[in-house]
Parts: sequence; C-alpha cells; structure tokens
Amino acid sequence: MATAAIDTHAAHAGGHPPTSTGLNNTKIAIWAFIGSECFFFASLISTYLIYRGRSLVGPFPHEAWTDPATGHVFPAILNIPVTSVSTFVLLMSSLAMVLAHSAVVRGDRKSSKIWLAATAILGAVFLGFQAYEFTSFVHEGLTIHTNLFGSSFFILTGFHGAHVTAGVIWLLTLLFIDMKRGLTPEEAINVDVCALYWHFVDVVWIAIFTLVYLIK
Amino acid sequence: MATTVTLPLTAPAEPTHKYESGLWSWLATTDHKRIGQLYLYTSLFWFLVGGIEAGIIRAQLYGPNGHVVTAQTYNELFTMHGTTMIFLVIMPLSAAFFNFLIPLQIGARDVAFPRLNAFSYWVFLFGGLFINASWFFHAAPNGGWFGYAPLTTRPYSPGLNIDFWVIGLQILGVSSLAAGFNFITTIINMRAPGMHFMRMPIFSWMAFITQFLIILAFPIITVALTFLMLDRFFGTNFYEIAAGADPLLWQHLFWLFGHPEVYILILPAFGLVSEVLPVFSRKPLFGYPVMVYSGILIAFLGFGVWAHHMFAVGMGPIADSFFSITTMLIAIPTGVKIFNWLGTMWGGSLRFTTAMKFAVGLVALFTIGGISGVMHSSPPSDLQQTDSYFIVAHFHYVLFGGSMMGLFAGLYFYFPKITGRLLSEKIGNWHFWLTAIGMNLTFFPMHFLGLDGMPRRISSYDAGQGWESNNHLASYGAALIILGTIFFAYNWFTSLKSGKVAGNDPWGGATLEWMIPSPPPDYNFATIPTVTSRYPLWDRTSPKLSADVPHDKEPEGVIELSVGGHRAGAVSVPSDTELNAADAHPSAKALGIMMPTPTIKPFIAAFALGTVFIGLIYHKNLPIMFTAAAIFVFTLYNWLLTPLEPEHH
Repeated sequence: MATAAIDTHAAHAGGHPPTSTGLNNTKIAIWAFIGSECFFFASLISTYLIYRGRSLVGPFPHEAWTDPATGHVFPAILNIPVTSVSTFVLLMSSLAMVLAHSAVVRGDRKSSKIWLAATAILGAVFLGFQAYEFTSFVHEGLTIHTNLFGSSFFILTGFHGAHVTAGVIWLLTLLFIDMKRGLTPEEAINVDVCALYWHFVDVVWIAIFTLVYLIK
Repeated sequence: MATTVTLPLTAPAEPTHKYESGLWSWLATTDHKRIGQLYLYTSLFWFLVGGIEAGIIRAQLYGPNGHVVTAQTYNELFTMHGTTMIFLVIMPLSAAFFNFLIPLQIGARDVAFPRLNAFSYWVFLFGGLFINASWFFHAAPNGGWFGYAPLTTRPYSPGLNIDFWVIGLQILGVSSLAAGFNFITTIINMRAPGMHFMRMPIFSWMAFITQFLIILAFPIITVALTFLMLDRFFGTNFYEIAAGADPLLWQHLFWLFGHPEVYILILPAFGLVSEVLPVFSRKPLFGYPVMVYSGILIAFLGFGVWAHHMFAVGMGPIADSFFSITTMLIAIPTGVKIFNWLGTMWGGSLRFTTAMKFAVGLVALFTIGGISGVMHSSPPSDLQQTDSYFIVAHFHYVLFGGSMMGLFAGLYFYFPKITGRLLSEKIGNWHFWLTAIGMNLTFFPMHFLGLDGMPRRISSYDAGQGWESNNHLASYGAALIILGTIFFAYNWFTSLKSGKVAGNDPWGGATLEWMIPSPPPDYNFATIPTVTSRYPLWDRTSPKLSADVPHDKEPEGVIELSVGGHRAGAVSVPSDTELNAADAHPSAKALGIMMPTPTIKPFIAAFALGTVFIGLIYHKNLPIMFTAAAIFVFTLYNWLLTPLEPEHH
C-alpha cells in the first residue's frame, strides 16, 4: 500500500503531486462555495418569511387589497400559472445541462454544443419570464419601496435572477470555447463545475417557488 | 526505526535563500509565503492604528468629564477601534498565519488557488483603506462595530459615516470568503502523502474549522449589510419601522454572523498555542483527537448561541432558556482545551521562551474571560451586566488575553521561519511582561466598573460615582501596553536586520515546516515529504518524543525512501535533507518544479472591484461603477483563461 502511494508520488516528483482526495481542486472549491451560498439564500428566504403578512400596505402576494385613501382595488399580485411555466423551463434546463456534460465526457462535439446552447437558452427564457414578471408588478404598483413584501420579494428573487444570469454567461463562455476549439473529455471537469452551480441555482428556485408562490 | 539525521552542531549559516525584491515582485506575487507577509505587515500596521484609537479612548476616560475629544469623535473612536481590531487586525493576522503556515504544515508547495489568494489579500487591503479613508472626510463610522439598524439607517445616521462602514465591511467579506474557499480546498486536497486528517498539525486543523465558520457565517452578514445598503442607497424597507419592519431583524442576522465570528477570532490563536506548547514542553499535544473534536464542537455550537447577545431585548423565557443552555454547553469543549493544554505541559521539560510565555498567557487570561463569559450566559445575571463595562472587561480578556496573546506567541514562534532570524528573547521578555501586566491593569478594574454600573460607550462621566480610581488604573494599564508594543516594534525591526540566524529548526519543532530552510525557498519542499505520524520531524530528529503517537505499520521503508531522494524511474530530485546538508537551495527551475507565474491580474481585479464600491459611495456614480465593473469582468476572464503556470515542456 504505502509503496504504491510513494510510486505515484515519485512519478510526479518534478511536477504536481496527485491531490489527497483524487478530486479536482475546483470541484471541492465549488462545493464549498455552494455551502456558503446555502447560507446566503437561507438568510434571504428567512427574511422573506419573517416579513410575510407584515406589510402595512398592499399590494399583497396572495390576497387583494383596497387602498383606503383612493378606494383602488389591487388584486393578488403573484401569477402562479405563468411562474409555473418558467419554473418548468428552469427545471428542463437542468436536464439539458446533464446532457451537455455527458456529451463532453463522451467527446460528442455536436451534441455538446447543442445541449450547452439549450441550457443557456432555457436559462435566458427563465430570465425573460422574470423580467416580464418584475415589469408587470411595477405597473400594478409594487416596487422595492412599496412595502415589506415588495422589498423582500424583489431582493430575494432578484438575487436568484442575478445567479441565473451569471450561470448563463458561464454557459455561453463554455459554448464559445466549444465552438472555437472544442471541449475535450479531459476538460469535462470545467463543464461539471458549471453544472454543479447550475443545478444548485435550480434547487434554490424550487425552494423559492414553493415558499413564496405555492404556500399561501 | 526512523533514519536519524544529524543536526549541525555549529551555528547555522546566514540564510542562502533571498526573496526577490522590488515593488513589482510584491504586487504580482502569488507565493503564499509572500502573501502571508503582506497580510502580516498590513495587520500589524492596523494594530498600531487601532491601538492609537484605544489610547485616545483611555486618555478621554482617565478622569471624570474628560475633554480630550468630543462625544461625536468618541463614537467614531470606539466604533473604529472595534471594527479595526476585529476585521483589520485579528482576522488578517490569523490569515497571515493561514497563508504562511498551512501549505508548509501540510507539505504542499502553495495553496490550491494561488491567484485567488493574491486577490483575497488585495481586496482586504482595499477594504481596510476604504473604511479608514472615512477619517479624511471627517465621517468615520460611528454606530458601533455591531452597527445596529434601525439606528444605522439613513434617517438616524444621515452622513457618510455608516456608508463607509457598510461598504467597507462588504469589501472585507469578499476577501474572507474567497480565502475561505481557497484554504478549505488546500487542506482537503493538498496534504502530503501519509498526512491523513488525524495527523494534520493542530494549527492547520483549527484553521480548517475557522474557514468553515467563515464561509458559513459571512454570507449572513453579507445579506444583513446588503439590506442596510439597499435601505440607505435605494430606499427599501428592510429596517424601516414605519413600514412594519422588525427592529430585531438586524440583531438576529448580525449576531448569527457575530457569534461564529467570535470563534473565527479565537480558534486560530488556539491552534497556534497548540503548536507552541508541545514544542516547549518536549511532549506531544495531550489528547490530540479531543482537541480536534472540541474545536469542531465549538464551531458547531457557535451557530446556536447568537441570541445570548440579545437577552436584554425581551425574547421570552423559552428563547432565553435555549440560548442560555447552549451558551453554557459551549464552555465544555472550551474547558476541555484548557485542560488539554495543562495536560500537555504537565511533566514536560518546559522552556519558557517568549513564545511559550505568551502561550501560557493565553491559557491563563482566556480562562478568566471564559469564566466571565459563563457568568453572563445566565439571563438574570446578564441583565445586570449587559451594556456595562463588565462586558468590555469580558471580551477584552478573550480577544486581547486570548486571541492577541496567542497571535503574539505565534509571531515569536514563527518569526524565525518567516525571516530566517530570531526575535530577541531579552526584549521579548520585556514585551511579554509589559503586555501581560498592562493588559490585566487595564481590563481587570473594568469588571468592578461594570458591576458599579458604569455603562459602555459613554464619552464621559461625572465625578463622585466612585469610578475614578478604577479608570485611572485602566488608563495606566493602557500606557503599559503601549510601552510593551514599542518594545515589540523595536524588537521586530532590529531583529529583522541583526537577529540571531535561526537555521531550519531553532526550537526543536515537530512538524514539517521546521524541516525546510528559514525562510523557505519558493517551492517549499524539493520533494514532497512522506508523513508517517502526527510529528513527522520528531520521527526523524527525536523519535523518542513521538514514540507514543500512532505511526504507520511499516515506517522504516517509507522513511528510507523519502530520505533517500533518488528513485528509479523518477525525475532525479535531491531530498530536502540532502539539500539542507549541502546548504544549497537551487531555484524551482533548476529542480524542474512548476511554480505559478507571477501576475498582476488579481491586483487589478481587486482594485476594479473596490472602485465599483467607490462609485457607489460617490453619489451612486453609475459611469464609475459600470466602467470599474467592466474592467473587473474583463480582468477576471483574462485571468481565468490564462494557465496558472508556464506551459509545460
């Protein structure tokens, strides 16, 4: 046992010793990063939940509100059917991501490009839905200034959207490299790390969708 | 057993290895040892600044109705003293040791991400300068280091003061998080062959645990600060009571970060002391596994005690009881550590070097702070003590008597490894006694002041309340600490030039960092050593000392191979032992070792990121912010698409 370990090490005497776990450094770093991000989103989500039902004025997420000053009626603002569609789109992007990674591992250049592009496009479509949602909320009278719900909703979903945006840019960068010179199976780790991030952002959305949209 | 290596009996020669010099070599460095030194000197500079702030505070409070500074300036002084000492001194001084020591202790040539490491430092430097730049705008932060919202929201703190604080802490958070991911990866993945987790030096263990605290606690304050930033700059309602906001939201988020932060400040010092005590007791660390587990337990429980900072807000009996019990529980693993340190010294052949004195200082003084800590874990007792000088006494015993004493022990212990020369023991003795006596003279009377009802954060007090003599004592004590610090600074600068040459292993160390030259060559180890027990160097120099710790079943073969150096079929690299014997340290290139290429990109990226925040505080100047952000993204791409090392072959 010990001798074998030394031999592997000796082969790398002038270069790099193998890593202690055999895993790539970036992969460990991204897991640590994801752990940190869990606490980041947990803080945002907790704040949203603590402030649920504590807004003094509307509009409200799940029930209508009549402005006592003007008599104007604001309907419940969340559009669950539309957001269900965007949620489905984001979930499908995770499937495309898995297929993209598997194509790069197999060295299937054609599929890898298709699926990387598909993941990025699905992510962009999700962002389009979010842009539409934010704009329509502002038109209906809900901004970050309006009430506690407005502040905590926009900042929570906005930070998630920023993470999706970063992911789309990352995917487009990988796609660009793949189109320019091709990603080799040895470089699959780069796609793997991006995929871990992408799935994480997806999982966070499932939590947000459940806690913000579905639970009344 | 182990192959014995004869240590030279003659005085060690001048260090043959010299660092490259020149400004550029520092700006572009990716060497963990140089980055460690950058952290070291920067945090020692802020230590002087924070010390001057403390000195003015003690001058103001020396007698009743002090007129040294105005009440407004006093608020700025205590806020900046706390913020500086926590974020710009103890954390980065610990980071200096993480940087310098972790790769050496685990037998690696650098950290996992050398450029990210440089980035962390430059962001830290920028954050420190940013927050202190406030002095030049007459707008230093004035809301306390805890910055309670809603007090710190725009209506109650309209000036730039809190803007500097919020944004400065945000910048420093980026630095700590990036470093945290880096060190976690380094420790998990870059340990030398044979160094499994339960053989890792205890400092590296405490550093490892601290990184987890950092990456899990900092996101929480990032969110709290982001809310405050949005409230102040963009009019959101997170802390806006008129909109129905909870006045305790900030306190909960802040202390959810703030209490783990306390352990971020103390665990590295615990780690350093756990390195110093065994070496100067000539005994293995008593109960090594228990030390590791109690460190983990402290970190875990550290996330469940935050509301003991909030007993006075009236959370109700159930919450109070829960946080009271968890706080009492956390004293158990901490007490275990104290007893293990005593057990390490028990029956050892003790050598009271300056490093040892500071280490014993931590054990004694931290215990006093720990005991007063258990006192206010009980809510009825805490209600009498909270916001009084009793609390000030408590946390200075744990942070000065604990963290700083441990860090001083580490500085005296590792100065020879960092510089190649020893600090003077004679002046060190003065430094220790002045600091230890001054520290007790300053902070012990504060217990009585607190019990007499003197509140914290007041800029002056009336005569005739019986507070004069204890305040006199505290101010005299502060003068002694300042005098001790002058001795320390003098010792540092004279020893750098003319200190005794240290050689590889001036103290009879047990761990890998003492196996290589002082200062170490840029590649650290010519051959990565193979580790056979918790004390790999004692295995070679004094096998009797490490005989009782667990070893590999077949140590002989392994050690033979690693000392022999030349191996069939491998690139022929001489072993470190051979190099030491020949007193020659060829360059990495000559040995065929790939080291990271120096690069200025982390510096540019950190500078651009900082400029984004300058744009924010400068009337939300969008052109500055977007230009800086674009430069940041461009540099980041450029950095990530450039390989770390020169192309192979």
